[in-house]
Amino acid sequence: MDICSMTALELGEKIRHRELSAAEAVRAYLARTEAAEPEINSFVTVDAEGALRRAQEVQKGIDEGIFSGPLAGVPVAVKDNLCTRGLLTTCSSKILSDFKPTFSAQAVRNLEKEGAIVIGKTNMDEFAMGSTTETSYYGVTRNPWNTSHVPGGSSGGSCAAVAAEECPFALGSDTGGSIRQPSSFCGVVGIKPTYGTVSRYGLIAYGSSLDQVGPIARSVSDCAAVLEVIASHDKKDSTSIRREDYDFTRALTGDVKGMRIGIPKDYFGEGLDSEVKEHILHAVKKLKEEGAVVEEFDLSLVQYAIPAYYVIASAEASSNLARFDGVKYGYRAGNCDGLHQMYKKTRSEGFGAEVKRRIMLGSFVLSAGYYDACYLKALRTKALIKQAFDSAFERYDIIVAPSAPTTAPKIGKSLSDPLKMYLGDIYTVSVNLAGLPGITVPVGQDKKGLPIGMQLIGNCFEEKKIIRAAYAVEQMCEYKAPKLCGELKNSAGGKSTCREGGRQVWRDSMRQ
Amino acid sequence: MARQYETVIGLEVHVELATETKIFCGCSTRFGGAPNTHTCPVCTGMPGALPVLNKQVVEYAVAIGLAANCEITRMCKFDRKNYFYPDNPQNYQISQLYLPIARDGYVEIECGDTKKKIRIHEMHMEEDAGKLVHDEWDDTSIVDFNRSGVPLVEIVSEPDMRSADEVLAYLEKLRMIIRYLGASDCKLQEGSMRADVNLSVREMGSREVGTRTEMKNLNSFKAISRAIEGERQRQIELIEGGKAVRQETRRWDDNKEYSYAMRSKEDARDYRYFPEPDLVPIVIDDAWIEKIKERQPEFQDAKLIRYRREYGIPEYDAQIITSSRHMAELFEKASDVCKKPKKVSNWLMVETLRLLKEHGMEPEELRFSPENLAKLVELSEAGSINSSVAKEVFEKMFSEDIDPERYVEEHGLKTVNDEGELNEVIKKVIDSNTQAVSDYQGGKEKALGVLVGQTMKAMKGKADPRRVNQRLKELLS
Repeated sequence: MDICSMTALELGEKIRHRELSAAEAVRAYLARTEAAEPEINSFVTVDAEGALRRAQEVQKGIDEGIFSGPLAGVPVAVKDNLCTRGLLTTCSSKILSDFKPTFSAQAVRNLEKEGAIVIGKTNMDEFAMGSTTETSYYGVTRNPWNTSHVPGGSSGGSCAAVAAEECPFALGSDTGGSIRQPSSFCGVVGIKPTYGTVSRYGLIAYGSSLDQVGPIARSVSDCAAVLEVIASHDKKDSTSIRREDYDFTRALTGDVKGMRIGIPKDYFGEGLDSEVKEHILHAVKKLKEEGAVVEEFDLSLVQYAIPAYYVIASAEASSNLARFDGVKYGYRAGNCDGLHQMYKKTRSEGFGAEVKRRIMLGSFVLSAGYYDACYLKALRTKALIKQAFDSAFERYDIIVAPSAPTTAPKIGKSLSDPLKMYLGDIYTVSVNLAGLPGITVPVGQDKKGLPIGMQLIGNCFEEKKIIRAAYAVEQMCEYKAPKLCGELKNSAGGKSTCREGGRQVWRDSMRQ
Repeated sequence: MARQYETVIGLEVHVELATETKIFCGCSTRFGGAPNTHTCPVCTGMPGALPVLNKQVVEYAVAIGLAANCEITRMCKFDRKNYFYPDNPQNYQISQLYLPIARDGYVEIECGDTKKKIRIHEMHMEEDAGKLVHDEWDDTSIVDFNRSGVPLVEIVSEPDMRSADEVLAYLEKLRMIIRYLGASDCKLQEGSMRADVNLSVREMGSREVGTRTEMKNLNSFKAISRAIEGERQRQIELIEGGKAVRQETRRWDDNKEYSYAMRSKEDARDYRYFPEPDLVPIVIDDAWIEKIKERQPEFQDAKLIRYRREYGIPEYDAQIITSSRHMAELFEKASDVCKKPKKVSNWLMVETLRLLKEHGMEPEELRFSPENLAKLVELSEAGSINSSVAKEVFEKMFSEDIDPERYVEEHGLKTVNDEGELNEVIKKVIDSNTQAVSDYQGGKEKALGVLVGQTMKAMKGKADPRRVNQRLKELLS
């Protein structure tokens, strides 16, 4: 029995039926993590001690019948921009290199209430700004399918950890595609829910009006089950919505008969890699064979989504990141002469290049004289994009799109040309601007053996439709694990070689 | 002849609202407390924390807006004002710029004999900042976030005031309205009301507005008055000397009675306002406004009209009494119980005001009940206690809200109406004060006072001095 290759639901079932203990599950994943990390670097922090302690408590809860849900005893990796009480939360930035929150994010609390066990915090692009997980202060995360490639981003650590079987599922956040794009690059499933479905309380904000927390796992069923747990109306988040349906797993039927699927022509034209296009259209064809009604249409304004997104997200980020000033917590530069120098030095030394670029961009578009020309125009574009989707959803149940124009690029190739990197978000950012739900589901690999994902976009509050269709796609293309997983299994032998006691913080002593 | 100048003044008034909890979190707003004890992740700007609007803040703001004759914005929003300063934990202040909660109002002031409308440009809600404590010895600064997130409204007037007197009348009017609503105690010294003065001067009769300065750090009515006079003089001197007034922010030093330039227009900050994405727009519908309207108290103007009709007390007294909602309510309730409004008014106007002044208290701090005040009026009017006893009882009531009837009973302070006892005491006094008796009978009217005093002393104050006076005259004639 290989614990690490089970889905979250399979593992949860075994634990519920006492075939496995929570501690055994945690130990197996810690061992796998220790074996995989030197290759992958998915984690900023692995909390072995805390996870094992928590496993004992959860096991007690399971034995006493307090925890009876599908995720009780199941380990989870959490993106490092979600606050975890007492556990280092860095946003993969130097500026938060010593930051331990006093409270946990609501999404994490919802998981813990169901008995899930946080085993660590995953690497990401610094403050979720990036599409490759290369902007992290704690080193690049490598794609488990080919370690010379990036895992995508910004939730690259979470997606790589799930793909490398370092955890059965993970939490990510998605501001402009940060769950869906790395899920595509890593060959896993990831959901970006309707804005307001998962509380943002405890999510360290990047672009507040676009940020959503979502699940990443190796199956659609796992993602639906996790979403069911993390979604909640939260009074602490004013933008949180009380929904009528939280029973997302009820959509796991695979029935697509009569489902109207829209294919935006603009998304399948120039710039899309031919192999990616081929695989997605092949999956669409199969959905059609299952009874779905497929039609091409023009989704207008596609070319305006990227500039609108970068204006809005950067504007909000420039303000959201102002609090990191060395006064209250986090990194503070030494040897400063007065307050202003302290601010300048702390932020110059504490933030990486991409974060600085977006703070400057955001400050610029909000400045007097540019607000109307840039920011207001972007807000109007956002409203128009929402309208374009609204009218599309009058005709279609779901929209099919790529999650990214290509498969995962090589490490080092994207950062040299940020504009090109920004353009890679073309298929994902509109969904955030319109507040819609989207899911990435794997549909195969390219000739290099890198995964290809397909994006299904639903109308607001219609996660169930995209889950239903994604489940059908999943049935047609069976999940494949990267070769690396087999190698890791053999090297670790499924046995724990993990140091017990003492939290391991990978690479935190790397650069000072 | 020297040129005549007119002063043009507009005010920005910040008022701390009297909510139990802060504007965006559940922390206490109480003044004082050890540093950083009324704080949480929200009001200290911790990463991941989010604001949730306190409904009471909106209700107070709408109530103030309505009382100041403003248009209430039916869909209002919060915006972020971005600037770096350590007392501001997020380095942005959640405020309102684009859609403030109220606009286009006015309040009416009376200055001398003339009435005048001061227009209100707009009013918005925002959060207060923390406090920096500078340790000069240690050369460090420490931040206390207890005040961070305390709700404020900022009321921005049009430049409609022309003198310090008008400014004070406007501030007093605002303060009275807000206190009537219970929305704030509006204490300038404690900072729960703060005023920034925008001032320019122009030649009398000119229609053009001069260059204005903004003055901060004014924490008493007197300081405001002095600052206005000082700034007016400074600007006139500049103009007369052929120099230009610079548009700048100045800080008033009330000890030196001089203002210092803080920053000029050139280095004015760009606050990069944008809509606060963590809060949803507030929709204020008719039903909500109606509900708040129903709860609005009767304000001074309405009370004055009613008092004229129902109580018939002097206009001056009515003005003073109704300047505080609490005092007005004391008056109304006590008068309704004892049906002697003039007497009630006398107690408030004379003894109450005297004691308030002596103790340095505000009318809102009066603790005695209208029922007890009514009882005291009754006791005194029925002649059950004499006036000096009544004053003594009142003082007790003022400080401890005692029940006058019971107090008089328990301390045996009731006037003795037993003629026999009184006659006996008076006879003894006459017998033992032969000198005074003969003086009186010899035509020295004043000597009667000595005898009255002696009698009152022997009666331990429990006699009605008028009765004693009368009886003595009878016995000595």
